[in-house]
Amino acid sequence: MNENINETVIRLEHIGMIYKTGAINYEALKDINLTIRKGEFFSIMGASGSGKSTLMNILGCLDKPTFGKYFLEDEDVSTLSKDRLAEIRNKKIGFVFQGFNLIQRLSVIENVELPLFYAGLTHKEANIEAKKALRLVDIPENKENNFPNQISGGEQQRVAIARAIVHNASIIMADEPTGNLDSVRSNELMSFFKKINAERNATIILVTHEPDVAAFAKKHITVKDGHIVDN
Amino acid sequence: MKFPILLDVQSAFKTFARNKARSFLTTLGIIIGVASVIATVSIGQGASASVQDAINAMGSNLLIILPGSSNLGGVQTGFGELPTLTLQDAEAIRKLPAVKTDAANIRMNEQVIWRGNNWGASVLGTSSTFPVIRKWPVTKGEFFDKQQVDTAANVAVIGTTVATQLFGLMNPVGHIVLIHNVPFKIIGELKSIGFNAFGQDQDDLVTVPITTMMEKIAGISWVNIIMVSAKSKKDTEIAQNQITALLRQKHHIPPHKPNDFYIRNLTQIAQTASSSAQIFTILLAAVAAVSLLVGGIGIMNIMLVSVTERTKEIGIRMAVGAKKNDILKQFLIESSVLSLFGGVLGIGLGIGISDLISVISPLHTILTIEPILISIVFSVAVGVFFGFYPAYKASNLNPVEALRYE
Repeated sequence: MNENINETVIRLEHIGMIYKTGAINYEALKDINLTIRKGEFFSIMGASGSGKSTLMNILGCLDKPTFGKYFLEDEDVSTLSKDRLAEIRNKKIGFVFQGFNLIQRLSVIENVELPLFYAGLTHKEANIEAKKALRLVDIPENKENNFPNQISGGEQQRVAIARAIVHNASIIMADEPTGNLDSVRSNELMSFFKKINAERNATIILVTHEPDVAAFAKKHITVKDGHIVDN
Repeated sequence: MKFPILLDVQSAFKTFARNKARSFLTTLGIIIGVASVIATVSIGQGASASVQDAINAMGSNLLIILPGSSNLGGVQTGFGELPTLTLQDAEAIRKLPAVKTDAANIRMNEQVIWRGNNWGASVLGTSSTFPVIRKWPVTKGEFFDKQQVDTAANVAVIGTTVATQLFGLMNPVGHIVLIHNVPFKIIGELKSIGFNAFGQDQDDLVTVPITTMMEKIAGISWVNIIMVSAKSKKDTEIAQNQITALLRQKHHIPPHKPNDFYIRNLTQIAQTASSSAQIFTILLAAVAAVSLLVGGIGIMNIMLVSVTERTKEIGIRMAVGAKKNDILKQFLIESSVLSLFGGVLGIGLGIGISDLISVISPLHTILTIEPILISIVFSVAVGVFFGFYPAYKASNLNPVEALRYE
């Protein structure tokens, strides 16, 4: 696929995560070691409560691990401040969530422009980039100014993809992206991920519990009770 | 913190547009607060100006010199009882550098008779400078001149109340009236200036030359009062000192003895009166400011609700790269815009109330730009101050938990 295929993007070393709920400590992740290379289409499988979402949050720099080290493009991000993590998310990571997570009071294009504003682009620059991203996921111009509740579920998820790729993130994280879609829309969506993976050499990390969806990925791991059981 | 402020402002307006009734009710506290500040300050300033006007109407930069009090066998009389001030004093005062002009006065109550009519009026013996010192012009005929004063001419200039009582709608100029059985020719009528601040009808007045008054009516050789107009407001104090020195010298008062005259400085009285009106204004505004405070608490309350409602949005913004300060700024701008909006509506309402008060009540209101500007600054400050806690709370949300919020 690409000459950089062997470049390591993500490296987890002995990652552990403990949640404290009152007096009880819940160990969500136990000694996770994982390497993901640039341009890989990677799936994380696991049943609900297995710890895959926790792993996803750490990989996406939304949360910090209790133990271990996380190297993202050779930078140790496990000890960074909240603001520095926000910057990394803004520059390197695009998210696609299960419930689309579009801001309902913003129009389609405003939702896509959002990461660019936080990156410091002007309104004009952001608008140009957002239009490009929307065309890439087949959202026509006449729907740009619609609000999320005025377009279909499939379209909303494509807008979410546009938002994830608009700032040319090197890593796209998708948490159960097909959870709210029927099989036709699911396949269509997965084709977009394949296309982005192929055309942009973006690393795609897919969290799912559906084997059909995971089948689109080239590499798989399964998480069970906070451990990686199958690599 | 790179997110453009304009977009935050735009987003704030969108939020309000989606919750019109709620936003309006939230800002109601600010609206009422600002409106009451504007209205009360305008009433206070109006009152202050009325006091000032009333005092100004008595004359410009006026000093009033009265004879001192006498002490006979331990009985201390009031000011004005001693025959210590004379026309010569008045003339000497007129030549002082800080003095513009002066008028020596004697006031008595006399019956004024014209044919079958008679009217008890205040008769004032005064100098030809009276219209200047009292800023009181003549509307019909003319005021007596210096020559008429010097020759103790039998001429009178009457106020409108006297004119109406004796002559009805007729022009009084040219007619002869009797005062103290002495015939006086009416040569002019003073402009009507109505009641003074103490409720006296100022138009119930007959003025005659001071010399005529002394010789033909009162039969005295001293004057009751000398009114002095200083060159400017600044000069009133200088004039007061110059007059004191002059009169002490003219009256041969040794250094250890008190003055045998008394000087009242109307500028000082005016200052005291207007500063008390100012205190009144501040007091009213302080009461009104309390409602601004209550309005601010209303904003804080609704912003807290808004943060809770939009937890997921905050999570999404954080996921795509918003830093703590970006979120803080967004919510601070929102609360500031909300209270500024309330402030602007409040100013409109305040101006309306102030106008209404001056129309339907005898109170005189004055609107200046200061309370309006202060209200705008204050309402933004209220928004920032009371919006800070909700905004801080929003900016400290954990992105994972915020995203999970339903």
